[in-house]
Amino acid sequence: MSKFYTEDNNQIRKLWTFSGGIHIPDNKAQSLTRPAGKAEMPQRLVIPLQQHIGAPNEPLVAVGDKVLKGQMIGQSQGFVSAPVHASTSGTVVDIGDHPVAHPSALPGPCIVIEPDKEDKWADLPPPMEYYATWDKRDIRNRIRESGIVGMGGASFPTSVKLSPPEGQQDIQSLIINGAECEPFITSDDVLMQNHAERIINGAAIMNYLLDAKECLIAIEDNKPEAIEVMKKAVAATEKLDNAHVVVIPTLYPSGSEKQLIYILTGKEVPQGGLPSQVGVVVQNVSTAAAVSDAVLEGKPLISRLVTLTGEGIKEPQNLEVLLGTQVEELVPQVGGYTNQASKLIMGGPMMGFSMRSDAIPVGKANNCVLVPSLDEIPNPENISACIRCLRCVDACPMGLVPQNMYWHVQSKALDKAKENNLFDCVECGCCSHVCPSRIPLVQFFRSAKAANLQLDRDQQKKERARERAEARNERLEKIAAEKKAKMEAKKAAMKKKKEAAAALKKEQEEQAAAKPAADTNEESTGSEGQDG
Amino acid sequence: MQFPTITSPHTSRPNSVQKAMLWVILALIPGTLAMIWFFGWGILINMVLAITTAIACEALVMKLRGREIKPVIMDLSAILTAMLFAVAVPPLLPWWLTVLGVAFAILLVKQAYGGLGYNVFNPAMAAYVLLLISYPVQMTSWLPPMMLNENPMGLLQTLNVIFGGALPGSLTWDAVTMATPLDTMRTGLSLNQTVSEISSNPILGQFGGKGWEVVAGLYLLGGGFMLYKKAISWHIPVSTLGGLAVMALLFNILDGDAYPLSSFHIFSGAAMLGAFFIATDPVSAPGTRKGQIYYGAGIGILVYIIRTWGGYPDAIAFSVLLMNMAAPTIEFFTRPRTFGHRGSGND
Repeated sequence: MSKFYTEDNNQIRKLWTFSGGIHIPDNKAQSLTRPAGKAEMPQRLVIPLQQHIGAPNEPLVAVGDKVLKGQMIGQSQGFVSAPVHASTSGTVVDIGDHPVAHPSALPGPCIVIEPDKEDKWADLPPPMEYYATWDKRDIRNRIRESGIVGMGGASFPTSVKLSPPEGQQDIQSLIINGAECEPFITSDDVLMQNHAERIINGAAIMNYLLDAKECLIAIEDNKPEAIEVMKKAVAATEKLDNAHVVVIPTLYPSGSEKQLIYILTGKEVPQGGLPSQVGVVVQNVSTAAAVSDAVLEGKPLISRLVTLTGEGIKEPQNLEVLLGTQVEELVPQVGGYTNQASKLIMGGPMMGFSMRSDAIPVGKANNCVLVPSLDEIPNPENISACIRCLRCVDACPMGLVPQNMYWHVQSKALDKAKENNLFDCVECGCCSHVCPSRIPLVQFFRSAKAANLQLDRDQQKKERARERAEARNERLEKIAAEKKAKMEAKKAAMKKKKEAAAALKKEQEEQAAAKPAADTNEESTGSEGQDG
Repeated sequence: MQFPTITSPHTSRPNSVQKAMLWVILALIPGTLAMIWFFGWGILINMVLAITTAIACEALVMKLRGREIKPVIMDLSAILTAMLFAVAVPPLLPWWLTVLGVAFAILLVKQAYGGLGYNVFNPAMAAYVLLLISYPVQMTSWLPPMMLNENPMGLLQTLNVIFGGALPGSLTWDAVTMATPLDTMRTGLSLNQTVSEISSNPILGQFGGKGWEVVAGLYLLGGGFMLYKKAISWHIPVSTLGGLAVMALLFNILDGDAYPLSSFHIFSGAAMLGAFFIATDPVSAPGTRKGQIYYGAGIGILVYIIRTWGGYPDAIAFSVLLMNMAAPTIEFFTRPRTFGHRGSGND
């Protein structure tokens, strides 16, 4: 892992190179040939209740309710959670399971709204224009109530990321991630070109919340227009005087959180740890813009930019889409499918997942709908044996040895795979991409992780069952012991009583005999003493 | 609309096993042509014979295992094994030894372990060692290079020797064969001649032996091509040649009369072929880059030790097999440090 240098406002800034990564054709031009537009009001909104990582939301509305644009319709009491809002005004027509953009292809709970086309706003919370005069807790709460999550794909609640745990609150760098390293996707690029001010405002708010020493806006060097616009915006603003636009070389996966932190700071986020542990917080540019809307205007997260691209789409373009709009309603607005359309991928080619149907709503973290031709993305070919060529090792940005992990996973040695740091895999797909044997390595690792988690859960279940059984045995034993003790106590008491009675009887008899003798009297008191 | 679902990443994969093997085969061709030029038709005949045997053996195993034959032949790995074997053995080797060697390589060393990707030993080298130990006379009967050969044989005569065992006319094996440069050096040194005295022998050229050094140069060129095409990485060839060169340099400094120069060692025998084409077989090498450096250096050092003090003039095959055995251990001790793990691993 070597260092190199880049120019930053006529100064030299040191950058680091992580080992591995791959160069792939970025295919970004096609969706940039048309200016970004706004999607039409859809016929139906299918708003997934779960659009974040964390505690599941409960619906706040019922079927038949009228809702207003921006009204909160789903919420959870959990700390790690984000509510969802109605993207426009209308009527709730259904609450139930619908297909959602999830790799499992399992349906998820959704609230279906029929828009009334009036697009009437709900009462919004007051703008916090002078946010520096507000309590930080109120601002964090605003961000939370606005339903903002990481919009680069991770969908982790932003308010949680902006509340570093105790002992990790000394933040050196706030990184605004505009790397957008996945091929085909241009939504962040378009956002930076057209809405630089919102990004800067959002960055300034987060900078205020975290009290970061520096704010680094990282952009890959294949986006010269965005770099130019962002540099100007940084120079023009007075809100953010510690910000730098840092141009980083195009290399997948530079936009991955851990890799980006390393490139900019040379710090490695420890295994299983949080970026705040090394004094860094990373937020996507789209997330920054959403924070700006929420804090400065009181608007919750109800729309986002989506790239619709690939040779399977007639007129590739970026659209501002209301969350919950289904892909089948978006595609006709970009000219419809071409006859080359071969797959439907939510997200980019490297980490996106292919969906069976286009009746899928756009969620907070869906930055791209990719409909490639077979020329762009051919179908997978036959797998051959691993020849241990080390290409996957050279490509892995996490320093793993995928060929060995694969060996263990294939032979169902999950513990061995775990020893080989299976759980450090970020599933970026570099190993699968370079494999000459065409082995879908990432898929093996994903399923192995799932199997391992299942195994852990089973183990925990067993453990709990064992503990319960032991507790039950203990309880039964205790009860039995108590019973026995009671019985014995009773017996003893009985015996004592009997003896006392016997002694009394004897005494009475002796007294009745009226011939008391000193030695027999002594004996009887002695036996009484023993019983007592 | 309905779509098929597949798992990510959704990319057209740039690499294939077939392509990787093809680059190695192409890189091997210039050196092979030079071998044919200097040592005659025998090399070509051996190569055809070896490739045919290899394909037949693979097909047989696939048939027995009830698998499709074509994809396995088309991964080109058996053909490459056959080619490496053919350029390693003497040009007039009896046909049945070539067949025996290749059959052993494919059937036992490769397929009995599970086929491509599962073999513990380098198939071509295991076969070479089997024949060298079992048939030492035939396996060390090398011809002189073209410019020193007083009895060059045509295609038909060569075929007759390989398949019929009959030398043309009144020729004897002693008249036809000649010691290799490594043999010459070894014999000379054992007779207490100095390196410079031995170097005046007509069989020795600029660096190594006449003809041999050209072949080695072309293998080096092929190696450069493979590096450029990323068919191999630099780790194994550089460390192999480095290990050999450093050993030679140390002893040459110690006593220049008794120990030849590094350049002689690198350009003689199978050193260049071994470093770029044989030791780089990824299947039987350690699975870490750092491990590959130790592995290559081990091969280079062993080659020097066996050449200098051992019982055989050349030692690529022995050294590769010995280091194959050490590969899993080397791999275990050179596992890279995972990103975000401090103080563990070996980086």
